[in-house]
Amino acid sequence: MKHSFIPWLLLGWIGFLLMPWYLLEDGFWSFVWLTDGYPTDLYYAPAILQGLLGDKLWLLPLALPLIAPLRLISLTKSDPRYSRYLIYSGAFGLIYMMGQGFAIGVSGWQFSGLESLFGELEYQQYGFGYGAMLCGLSFLILLTTGLAATGFLKGDVFVTGSIGLIVALVGLFVFFPVSQVLISAFMNNDGMFAPTAFFGKFFSDNIWSLSCLSGGYACGTAWNSLTLAILTATLTTLLGLSFALVVTRTGFRWKRSLRLLTVLPIITPPFVIGLALILLFGRSGVVTQFFADAFNIEPGRWLYGMPGVLLAQVLSFTPISFLVLIGVVEGVSPSMEEASQTLRADRWRTFINVSLPLMRPGLANAFLLAFIESLADFGNPMVLGGDFDVLSTEIFFAIVGAQNDQGYAAVLAILLLIFTLSAFFLQRHWIGKKSYTTVTGKADSGAYMGLNHGMKLACYMTALPWAALTIVIYGMIMFGGFVQNWGYDNSFTLQHYQDAFSVGWGEFGVIWEGAAWDSLWTTLSISAIAAPFTAIVGLLTAYLLVRQQFKWKNAFEFGTMLSFAIPGTVIGISYILAFNVPPLELTGTGVILIICFVFRNMPVGVRGGIAAMSQLDKSLDEASLTLGANSLMTFRRVILPLLRPAIIAALVYSFVRAITSVSAVIFLVSADHNMATSYIIGLVENGEYGIAIAYCSVLILVMLTAIIAINLFVGQRRLRRTDSISHSSKSSATSSPSLKEKHA
Amino acid sequence: MKNSPYILSLAFATAATFCAAPAMAKGKLNVLCSTDTDWCSLMETSFEAETGIDVSLIRKSSGEAYAQLRAEAQNPKIDIWWGGTGDPHLQAAAEKLTQVYKPKALPNLRNWAQNQAKVSGYRTVGVYAGALGFGYNEDILKSKGLPAPQCWKDLAKPIYKGEVQIANPNSSGTSYTALATFVQMMGEDQAFDFLAQLHKNINQYTKSGSAPIKAASNGETAIGITFIHDIVKQVKKGYPVKAVAPCEGTGYEVGSMSIVKGARHLKEAKIWAEFALRPDIQTMAEKANAYQVPSNKSATTPPGAPDFDTLKLIDYDFAKYGSADTRQHLLQRWDNEIKSLPR
Repeated sequence: MKHSFIPWLLLGWIGFLLMPWYLLEDGFWSFVWLTDGYPTDLYYAPAILQGLLGDKLWLLPLALPLIAPLRLISLTKSDPRYSRYLIYSGAFGLIYMMGQGFAIGVSGWQFSGLESLFGELEYQQYGFGYGAMLCGLSFLILLTTGLAATGFLKGDVFVTGSIGLIVALVGLFVFFPVSQVLISAFMNNDGMFAPTAFFGKFFSDNIWSLSCLSGGYACGTAWNSLTLAILTATLTTLLGLSFALVVTRTGFRWKRSLRLLTVLPIITPPFVIGLALILLFGRSGVVTQFFADAFNIEPGRWLYGMPGVLLAQVLSFTPISFLVLIGVVEGVSPSMEEASQTLRADRWRTFINVSLPLMRPGLANAFLLAFIESLADFGNPMVLGGDFDVLSTEIFFAIVGAQNDQGYAAVLAILLLIFTLSAFFLQRHWIGKKSYTTVTGKADSGAYMGLNHGMKLACYMTALPWAALTIVIYGMIMFGGFVQNWGYDNSFTLQHYQDAFSVGWGEFGVIWEGAAWDSLWTTLSISAIAAPFTAIVGLLTAYLLVRQQFKWKNAFEFGTMLSFAIPGTVIGISYILAFNVPPLELTGTGVILIICFVFRNMPVGVRGGIAAMSQLDKSLDEASLTLGANSLMTFRRVILPLLRPAIIAALVYSFVRAITSVSAVIFLVSADHNMATSYIIGLVENGEYGIAIAYCSVLILVMLTAIIAINLFVGQRRLRRTDSISHSSKSSATSSPSLKEKHA
Repeated sequence: MKNSPYILSLAFATAATFCAAPAMAKGKLNVLCSTDTDWCSLMETSFEAETGIDVSLIRKSSGEAYAQLRAEAQNPKIDIWWGGTGDPHLQAAAEKLTQVYKPKALPNLRNWAQNQAKVSGYRTVGVYAGALGFGYNEDILKSKGLPAPQCWKDLAKPIYKGEVQIANPNSSGTSYTALATFVQMMGEDQAFDFLAQLHKNINQYTKSGSAPIKAASNGETAIGITFIHDIVKQVKKGYPVKAVAPCEGTGYEVGSMSIVKGARHLKEAKIWAEFALRPDIQTMAEKANAYQVPSNKSATTPPGAPDFDTLKLIDYDFAKYGSADTRQHLLQRWDNEIKSLPR
């Protein structure tokens, strides 16, 4: 084809002429409209018919930006009109489409100014549907193709298009909704603009008090969150590193089980770890009672508060650090270490001076992720927090609690954002501009250096007891589903599983009788749909960030990372505020959940991609480009195969996160699309621990299966002929570790 | 099998399609339910069975439900909000998020239920009531050799130091009801004196209102302050806890029901409203282990539920203590005078 924009233009025409313009009430995946009055029924009509038959005349000008580019088909790319026409068409189409969407809503004009200008409008319109979606996409690509034609980004159509697409998506699904909430920080309770209220709330004692240092009741939430996050991040990074070292650099026998074990906490629905910890270390917990009997100590309540939350968070987030670090530790090329040892450095010096600095991006990423995760964590402080208030729970209760102060929630959210972003910038500063490239396409022996004895011992000493604790906790959880009243009446029962997952046979086959089936199916389908999208968007962004140079790159990176820093509660509320009314009417659908997951988990894909890609030498791309492949082909054939661990990570992570996320989901679930976690919260709130835990156990098994399936399906990258350690070469060379890095 | 994820995702996609397809039924109704899950699904299934109306029900705590109604004010997706403590229903009524409806059963309802409707300008109505009280773990008290508390004042005695739990009134409607109850029973200043005494015995202010009694059930604390029906539920489950209706008298909540303003299925919402107030339907609640007092005079109060006739109930002023001003004032005072105290 002569011009790359033609298929996109065609798509725009399809959207305008054929597809239903407005959102269908029956749901995104429902196709009843095909047989139910399409195309003339005004619910299902495409834009052209809406304009001609339904008096929605304002839709007709959308044809203009689709007609103009038709003239370009006969022109060459070097013609100055080529780029100009495309830019004008794309920009006009986008602006006009969004403009009319926001101006005219379900009740006519949306802005009172327009009403006084044009008089009352008797027509109304619903949210954008398929047609509008296709048109919008088409306009966007026309615009970016036009920009590329002016020489922007060396005229690379694929790169410009990708950047445009991601900017548009992030703008629409992160910036737009979040801005809606943040504005409310500057409002008083009556919805009037009141900047003084902001400062009053921002500097309140609840947030900044340091009275706990001088024997008072408690410190401000800001200090609590910050201290907790720093401690959690430090501990998880250290533990993650020792796990990664045990797995890659020692001859440890049960490596594969260890890998699997470290993945467990990440696939654990919220609340369960907290509940299990209570049963172990609470005042009536097994361990506490044992020590109380054995040493005659008064059973204490130390678990409720910072120590408990810290313990639960370290348990939950160590696997994330491990998965970040293992990719990086594996990626450090053995030839560097060999060189160091050849120069007579001992193993310790090699590790400190060569290996460790090369792991910097991984360490920094692991720390950053744990820090952010800890700040945003909701489930653990909820169960174990006691009087220890942190920002994430405070935000939740500012909105749903007895105070109902959305402004205060927004203030806390801003604070949380400031913390996260500062961490982000510090991390960048620390990594600096050095090169961490070690996978170059050149040959190396592939034998990793082993650890020296002191280090090995240290790693074993930290990693193994931790692993044991994890096993005990999961044992408790699995066991909890089978007993009458967890922690009190431990007689065996299958009742909980029956209540949740019973299956019957009826006239038409299987009847899903259990109470949990409904939310389970919804959760699985929505997570399965969200995962690949998350991976695609995330890795594409990573590719753009690492491999392309363009203006505003830092702002672009910042924008894509932002959604990770925003607490789920804020995302949830902001999505309702932004997407409950046309033109983007998504509440009550499954689509809003999918979108929420994609953009919330995208940063993980991005970080993972960046960490993995910064280890791949640019000469690989250049070789591909020199051989005549374009950037799309290079991305597909060279980069992607080398990114397999990052792809797996993104897929697994987003699938699992979608299943286990809580705080955002609470606000977005609807009767037809209820998610497992939201259902489980209801059970926990009612004290139905048995069913809740039975449900959680099933979710854990499902996620484990999915992870294994994804691993088998995507496969493993081969960096070198062999991946082995210089001591025990044979055993691990053939083994294919079932879990690769989760992300960074 | 290499293709399994494909097949799996295909199966999911198909499942999603079927879920989205509209069911053939006599109308549709979107219900927001703020009681326990069991009771929600019992209502859903019996309503569907009787009317043939296709119910989509979602359970959310009353705080979350209220937040959702506020966020959706411009384009509501919910038709009726059933259950959950009365305060947020009154707040929603004050903000005109819900609409005026006088159910036919109104004259047959108990006074507190009618009063709830009156206070709100008939935008909400009481469906059940629950009295505030506390529960204690017998085993713990026995092992510590402590007497069982009978009155609110007992809880402030130094012997129970570090053994009492109550939720933080900032986060929990239950605990706010307790705060308002003390203020109405004792007078504001005396109530705060009492709370300051009590504070020394509190080991933790929980986030959720019913968490204290769950902690008491598991032996994490000896005494938990919450609604009596929540305590009865733990008793029926077999935990060694006992419910106490305090000797000085106590306050209560009125679980309510409101039709959302701009409901898309108004007709069906009204059918639900009448249905939910019927005596036979309210009597059924016991099947779902709900031990609240039903609002219809002819409905049977489940055994084990607090008997409102023998209970010394205070004359709870829902209009005053539900208002934003009083609420803010009391919570502020609690933050300044109680929360910051050393233990």
